[in-house]
Parts: sequence; structure tokens; C-alpha cells
Amino acid sequence: MSSTPEPLDGGVSAPAVVSEAPHAFLDVRDLRVHFPTDDGLVKAVDGLSFTLDRGKTLAIVGESGSGKSVTSLSIMGLHNKKRTRMSGQIWLDGTDLITSSAEQVRALRGEKMALIFQDPLSALHPFYKVGDQIAEAYRLHNKVSKAKARERSIELLRLVGIPEPDRRVDDYPHQFSGGMRQRAMIAMAVSCNPSLLIADEPTTALDVTVQAQILELMKEMQREFNSAIIIITHDLGVVADVADEVVVMYAGRAMEYGDVADVFYRPEHPYTWGLLGSVTRLDGDRAERLQPIPGNPPSLINVPPGCPFHPRCPYGSLNGGKEREILPLLEETTPGHLVACHLPVEERRRIFRDEVAATL
Amino acid sequence: MTTGPEAPNSTPTRGRKRTSAPPATVEEPTPAPGHEQRDVILEVTELRKYFPVTRGILVKRKIADARAVDGLNFSLIRGETLGLVGESGCGKSTTGRLITRLLEPTDGKIVFDGHEITHWSQSQIRPIRRDIQMIFQDPYSSLNPRQTVGAIVAAPFRIQGIQTEKGIKQSVQELLELVGLSPEHYNRYPHEFSGGQRQRIGVARALALRPKLIVADEPVSALDVSIQAQVINLLQDVQGELGLTYIFVAHDLSVVRHISDRVAVMYLGKIVELADNEGLYEHPLHPYTHALLSAVPTPDPERERTRERILLTGDVPSPLNPPPACRFHTRCWKAQEICKTVEPPLLELAPGHQVACHFPEERVLV
Repeated sequence: MSSTPEPLDGGVSAPAVVSEAPHAFLDVRDLRVHFPTDDGLVKAVDGLSFTLDRGKTLAIVGESGSGKSVTSLSIMGLHNKKRTRMSGQIWLDGTDLITSSAEQVRALRGEKMALIFQDPLSALHPFYKVGDQIAEAYRLHNKVSKAKARERSIELLRLVGIPEPDRRVDDYPHQFSGGMRQRAMIAMAVSCNPSLLIADEPTTALDVTVQAQILELMKEMQREFNSAIIIITHDLGVVADVADEVVVMYAGRAMEYGDVADVFYRPEHPYTWGLLGSVTRLDGDRAERLQPIPGNPPSLINVPPGCPFHPRCPYGSLNGGKEREILPLLEETTPGHLVACHLPVEERRRIFRDEVAATL
Repeated sequence: MTTGPEAPNSTPTRGRKRTSAPPATVEEPTPAPGHEQRDVILEVTELRKYFPVTRGILVKRKIADARAVDGLNFSLIRGETLGLVGESGCGKSTTGRLITRLLEPTDGKIVFDGHEITHWSQSQIRPIRRDIQMIFQDPYSSLNPRQTVGAIVAAPFRIQGIQTEKGIKQSVQELLELVGLSPEHYNRYPHEFSGGQRQRIGVARALALRPKLIVADEPVSALDVSIQAQVINLLQDVQGELGLTYIFVAHDLSVVRHISDRVAVMYLGKIVELADNEGLYEHPLHPYTHALLSAVPTPDPERERTRERILLTGDVPSPLNPPPACRFHTRCWKAQEICKTVEPPLLELAPGHQVACHFPEERVLV
């Protein structure tokens, strides 16, 4: 449970290890989530800090195995405590979730924070009616009769745009289409008007037209409940659509953190450049060759020493060996824009301006 | 089994192109207008595939047909890439499997390189399989976990009974190099590779016999973005190097835009719009294409937030009971009475730009 002796790369604007309650609605400080396994220690999240206010949307982007989903599960308190080593702080509206008991976290789950899973087919129970599954969460937090809870289910299904909700409330999940299941998941998540909504790849399994509907629905829900939303995705298009702020994760760490315009228009981390250069886009130059990031993401058991991105970084060698030994800290380059890179700020901006921007 | 339809196929060496002279029999089918002079490698006419839906355990009664593919017409020019896009259940993967003849068409005609292969038996089709290969979506389930990479990539040689000049092992190692793997990977097993590397193994297997046509069914959708870009670049490189023709099946419109010369948009088993890349993405005519394009998010926050977005209501109807006449009329904001009664034919409204809609209209969305 003790934090590792490595340098903290958190320290957003406030110092990382302050234990009084913070100002932001959600304040994650130096979160570390490690899983001991037979093969070694998996450092799924290794020093992540961010804040989020109500009414705002934070996107966490990264490739598979970058620690995105582990972050969301640890905020929800869904890791098995016996098999997980967690340290750091997760302040939600003045309560530190990491030091809270399982009982306390359970009381918050559903009421104050809710999770929308990626795959609604496996997240919904096939044996119970959709309406009953929505009502369950509602009745847990509100002392109401079954009939009242059923009314609430119908109301929620109507809210998320399911046609004929009073009939559909008695359907089983298999009778819903993929998009409708995801809507039902959202209905379940918002049943108690949670102030924090975490959506873990909510549209990855859906077609584009349905994805557009679901993203629109999430924005509506946010306006309705003034909730804070964390959206976890690998799709930069989705990020550009919904996010106010973005954390770019790689190997369990934040590489770049800033508002959406900073990350898309003035990115400073070579990994962010790589991601932006890899995506095919509808508005780009088609003749332009894609610029993939060479190599593969590292194993979280053997994270490369120094900067975890250095083996794949085209500019790593400009640092004269530092990149292989010293872990770069997440440092503010302009107010609200943080980057973890050894390259001097001026040098990064020059490379982006002269070499990278034109290829995106 | 070595009696292939064309010249001796013994030395698949790197860089050898087979795009030389078109076979004499190609002129037989009637190609789509505008392509008369071109070198057509594949001609699909009124292609249909109905999957029977049965009920009963001992006596299976057919109660309905799922019309997965319902009357497709298109042709493919040698060396080009045709993108097939659409939402899940639109029949794009079934089309790919019909062309590779992994499925038996219910009706229609497939003419590949002068041969009508529509109803050929397994033994008849086997020599042709050399020329039509497939790359599958899931790099985890499409490779046999108990075979080494060498055995997987050598399988096409073994099945076709082909000996190569330098020996199969060396040919396989050359293929591994061609797709960006190392020849030392020959004796490794699939689980030792990452998703992107496995997809490269799948590509190497598809390239082994120097096919003419490759049907790639969602080849990059299971991969991370940075790896996606690697595989897309690889597919483009080998296409240039070997003169391949691709059918690229995908749901991601931006990936399709990047790789395709022409694009067909499918909805419920039919092509609703078919045009060259520029025509489809810059001057789309069909309302469904408009909706699809406007739904694709672009990685540009300012643009993304000011862009026009068409939100379709509801879901794709069931192919068991597709809407009559124009299949899109139940979700179309332009639908009129005629759309419910008369099926719009796929008409060529601009050179090489076919649309099936009663009220086509150009709209700028990208």
C-alpha cells in the first residue's frame, strides 16, 4: 500500500501530497494501481493526477493497455482490494475514496458516481428484464415501492429515447438492439442523477450513426444533471466531439494533459503527435501517407526505464541519453497544459511547428 | 490440383507482377457503363444471398429468409481498391465471403477473370482460390494457435500442392520479410505476437500465392490506432509492389476513404451509392451517405463542434423483413410517398457515380 520511491510525476497546480479536501469536484492525485502477478508486478496506473469540475467532460485517451480502464475502475472502487495495490488519493466531492471503506464507496456508487460499460450485452444481466435492472439501482438508493421504481424505469427509458418505454420496460436485454442496450445502460447509470458519470468506451461497439446518437444523448444528460463526465476512448474523433479536457495516457502515465484545443492544435508530446498522425481522417489529405508510431506499446510488467515512450520516440535521442534514465515529470508549459517530455519546451514547439504540424 | 486456370505458377518471387495482358475471355460480361475499356477483373451481377431461418428441431421448416445480400451489381478494375462500407448487418461481410466463395450465392452471377465461378464446387474453385485470397478481421481467431507461423504461411503452398524454386521455407521467410516481420519468426507461435504482428502474418498468408484479388474484411478494426496505420501502410505498399486488387470491407469511413479508389455504400443488402473516392466523400448524393458521413467524428475539435450533424432515428431494420421499396425510407428525413411504393434503381447520375434514391441531392459534409 505504500507508494513507490519513484518520483511523483503528478503535482498538477497544487502539490500532489496534500491531504486536505480539494476544491475541484473530482481530484485524482498521484494514483497508482499495481497488480502483483506470477510474472511480476503489473503497473497498470503509475502516478496519474487530474481534476474535473461538474458540467465538464474529461477524455482519457490511449491505446490498449495504457491504463485507461483501470483508472475508471479504481475511481468506482471496483478492484478487488486483496489483489490490487492502490495508492494516491481520489477526492470525490470532499471524500477520499481510497481511504474510504468498501461500505462507504458502495453507498456512493450509483448515487454519486456511475459507470457506463463498453459492452452493454455483457454488462446487462440476460436473465432479468431491462426495467427491473434499472429499478434495482434506483430502489437501492431510494426507499420507494416497486411500482414507483417501475414508473421511474419507464421515465428513464423515455428520457434516453427508447420508443414505447412502457412496453419495452418488460423486455429482456436480448430483445434490444446494440444501440438500445447502450441507451438502457445509460438509463441505469443516470437513474439516481449521479454527479460523476464515467463512460468506458461507450460507443466502441456501435455503428457510427448510433454512436452519434449516444454521444448526443450523453451531452443531453450532462446538461440535464450538470454531471462531470469522464469518457475513456481510443477514438480521437470522439474526443474532439465531446471533451473539454484531455489526458493522453501511455504505459500507465499521463504524457500530456490540457484542454482539448491545446492537445489537438498545440500538442507538445511526441506520443500525442504519433496518435494524431496515425488516424485516418475524413478531412485530411488522402494522398498523405499515414505516420504510424513504430513498434508496439510496452508490457506493463517491464515498462522501459526513463521515459516509457523512448523506445518508440523518433525524437528521444535528442536528449543525449537522459530519456533512458530519467522519468520526465508532467510539467506545466502554459497555464493548464502539462507535458511529460525531456525535450526543452522551445525545441518541442519548433519540432511540432516545422516538422509535425504539416503531416497531420 | 496444380492445373490452375492460368500459366505456370511456380515461382512466386518478390515484386513479380501479374498485371500484364488481360485474359481474352474478359469481354464476355456486360460491364457497367463508363468502364467498357477498362480491364475488369471481377464482375458481380444481381448477386443475392438469402439465409434461411428455420424453426423446429427434427423437422426444420423454413419460416423466413434473412436477405443479407439482395441484388448487388458492381465491377472491379484490375489494380484498384473498392471500399465496401455500411453499418453492421448491411451485408458487406457476406458480400466479401460470396466473392471468395466461402459462401454459396443464392442467385446472381460472379465472374472472376473471365470465369463464372458463381456455383463452382469446392474442387472446381480450389485452383481459383490461388487468385482470390482473404484477410480476416480478427487476428486472434484467424490463426491456428497450434501451428507455427511458418506452417500458417506455408499452408497455401501445401494445400495447392505448389513447390517453389527456392523451397517453401525460403519463400515463407521472404513473405515474412515483405510484411515487415523477421525471417526468424518462422518457428514461433501466434500467441508470441501482438495484434498488429498477427495481422501481418494474416497478410503474409494472403500474399503467399501472389493472388490477383484480396478481400480484406475489416482488417484493421481490431487494432489500436498506431498499429492500424502500420497495417494500412503495409497494405498500400504491397498493393503497389505486387499490383493487387483489393475489396476493402470496413465500417470506418475514414479508413475506407484513405485506402479506396472507389467506394460502395451498402444498406440492408443493397448498394445505395457507388462512386469514386472524391465523388462519394466530397459530393455525396444519397441521404444515407450524408447521415453516415456526418456521423463520423473528425479529430478537430473546432470543426467537430460547428459541423452539421444528421442524427438518424432508430436502428437498421431487420433483414428478415426489410421495408418495401426504398429500404431507407423508414429512417429518411426526405422520404415521400413514392419512396414507400417504388424502389429507386441504382442510376448513374454523374460519370461513375451511381445512386439509388428518388431525391438525390448533393450536400457538403466533410
